[in-house]
Amino acid sequence: MSTELFFQYFSAGITYGFLYAIVAIGFNIIYNATGIINFAQGEFVMLGGMTAISLYPFMPLPLAIVAAVIITTIIGALVEIIFIRWLDNPSVLRMIIITIGLSILIREAALFVWGESVRSLPYFNGNSISSINIMGANVSPQVLWVIGVCAVMVTILSLFFQLSTLGREMRACAANRLAATLCGINTRNRITLSFMLSAAIGAAAGCVMSPITYSQYDMGPGLAIKGFTVAILGGLGNSMAAVAAGLLLGLVESFSVMVLPQSYQEIIATSILLLVLFIRPHGLFGNKDTAALKEF
Amino acid sequence: MRHLKKYLPLAVMALMVTAVQLLTSYTGTAYYLTQLTITAYYGLLITGLCLLMGYAGQLSLGHTGFFAIGGYVSAALTTHDLTACRNDFFITLLNHAHLLISRHDIYGEPLITVKAWPACLAAIAAALLIAFIIGIPVLKLKGHYLAMATMGFGIIIFRIVMASTYFGEADGISDVPAFTLLPGLTVSGDFSYRTQNYYIAWGLILTGMFLLINLIDSRPGRALRAIHGSPEAAEAVGINTARYKLLTFVISAAFAAVAGVFLTHFNGGIGPSEASIMKSVRYVAIIAIGGMASLWGALSMGVILNFLSLRGVFGSYDDAVFGAILVLVMLFAPNGILRLPIWRKLNFRHRDG
Repeated sequence: MSTELFFQYFSAGITYGFLYAIVAIGFNIIYNATGIINFAQGEFVMLGGMTAISLYPFMPLPLAIVAAVIITTIIGALVEIIFIRWLDNPSVLRMIIITIGLSILIREAALFVWGESVRSLPYFNGNSISSINIMGANVSPQVLWVIGVCAVMVTILSLFFQLSTLGREMRACAANRLAATLCGINTRNRITLSFMLSAAIGAAAGCVMSPITYSQYDMGPGLAIKGFTVAILGGLGNSMAAVAAGLLLGLVESFSVMVLPQSYQEIIATSILLLVLFIRPHGLFGNKDTAALKEF
Repeated sequence: MRHLKKYLPLAVMALMVTAVQLLTSYTGTAYYLTQLTITAYYGLLITGLCLLMGYAGQLSLGHTGFFAIGGYVSAALTTHDLTACRNDFFITLLNHAHLLISRHDIYGEPLITVKAWPACLAAIAAALLIAFIIGIPVLKLKGHYLAMATMGFGIIIFRIVMASTYFGEADGISDVPAFTLLPGLTVSGDFSYRTQNYYIAWGLILTGMFLLINLIDSRPGRALRAIHGSPEAAEAVGINTARYKLLTFVISAAFAAVAGVFLTHFNGGIGPSEASIMKSVRYVAIIAIGGMASLWGALSMGVILNFLSLRGVFGSYDDAVFGAILVLVMLFAPNGILRLPIWRKLNFRHRDG
């Protein structure tokens, strides 16, 4: 294989890897705060991209993206307030089914609003054929945007959870909700915040990815299953490991094209998910003893 | 007396099935029978899944996978022409075992395929084997992990049938021949077989319900309920939880596979939409509405909703309706709408399944 082709696959793998990592981090934020997996996570990514595309004709691109992120964040908050906030200690099965139902409803609403057509935002710099030469490989500037935006989001999030009072309060809710309540933390609001955060990063990722991957009303479930694979691969709840796992899955998928037809790509990701679940359910970087204490 | 109580619903159901047929024939609306037949096959899958979800407490978001294995294997074996490789050792062997049949396709071209009965048995065996292999690791998982693993299995099956030319890619397999169960009993979508097929489908589901009712009322059934209540306690009183869970998983896969085989022969084809995850979610929705651990609840809801959906009552909002039902039921009636307090207020006779 030529070096050039190698870098081409490599950059594609990194790009998708970051997208999967962002979806996985969205899972992790909500999982950490509530102990539930939000099966509608992929729909946030779709909503972000689609809203920005619809707003773009009326305002400059950066404004459209910001507005799309804000709108999706509000939708994320509404989802939590309307459907989840008032449930009294729901079972895991019930939460799985509710979030799956919500993902169907959001998807069908998107189908109603935007139809089945595939859309995309314009490239942030240049167009679909402009490229930057890095080490002999031609890389679209949009790929750099994706990597940059995702890297910044991950850094800000980890700083937020480590350093800010609000972030620490959210981690306290995750560790022990009762104790957090006794310390005067409004746990319900922190959970709403976790939905807003994960909707926001999902939407932002949906916007930067849109020129490359395109946006369609039914892109959510595919992203969700890959994001979940990545979240498990890194160890559920561990956001930094999710980035590593995301890049790993992205690269494996991208290089798999060399041996298997494209149409089998999703089978590879899903097989990895099953294998990890069977062999190392606490993830590649997770701790088995810690994982045993969590409730899945 | 105990037996009477147990089998009374079956007898009532048999009467209702006959009454519906007579009614449609009397009112000249026999075309409803086609949808009722398809509904019955979906109902068979749903009751099997209900055993797994409601009684063994294991969620499966990949049950269309087993349905698809049944339907696709049977369809592929009965339609793919073996003329080109008829001198192969294996094919000759099959021929000598009288498992092959020579017939003409709709254009009059001769072709050699596997007979419907061996194809049916092979399809069910394939589903059972895969359920067994997949079930061992999958059923060790709980909660989100179980949901994702079963969904992952469903996705893999869906992608395989979408990607492989043997299974017809996005077009699926068509021109599947009729399936003669016994002389005079044929599973076929042909107009003249309509009433017969209605009874075959509902007879199958009555048999299925008979088996399930007896299973639930037996030692394995009680073991399953113990597992659902508390796996640790069940283990402590000496129940082999892993074995019973696997048994239920395989049984429910068999129900799905049988439904797949029969529906494919009835429809004369199968497409990838039958393997989609959305269908699996829909079956889970129906069982949730019926009240999880209620075979009759799941069956009645399955029949009503699938029939309405097949009649096109929900139009293009079909998936949205099922999504909305799923959310509303899980929010307001997590034990199913048949167990809402309102029924008790209306002085309905309330019985726990």
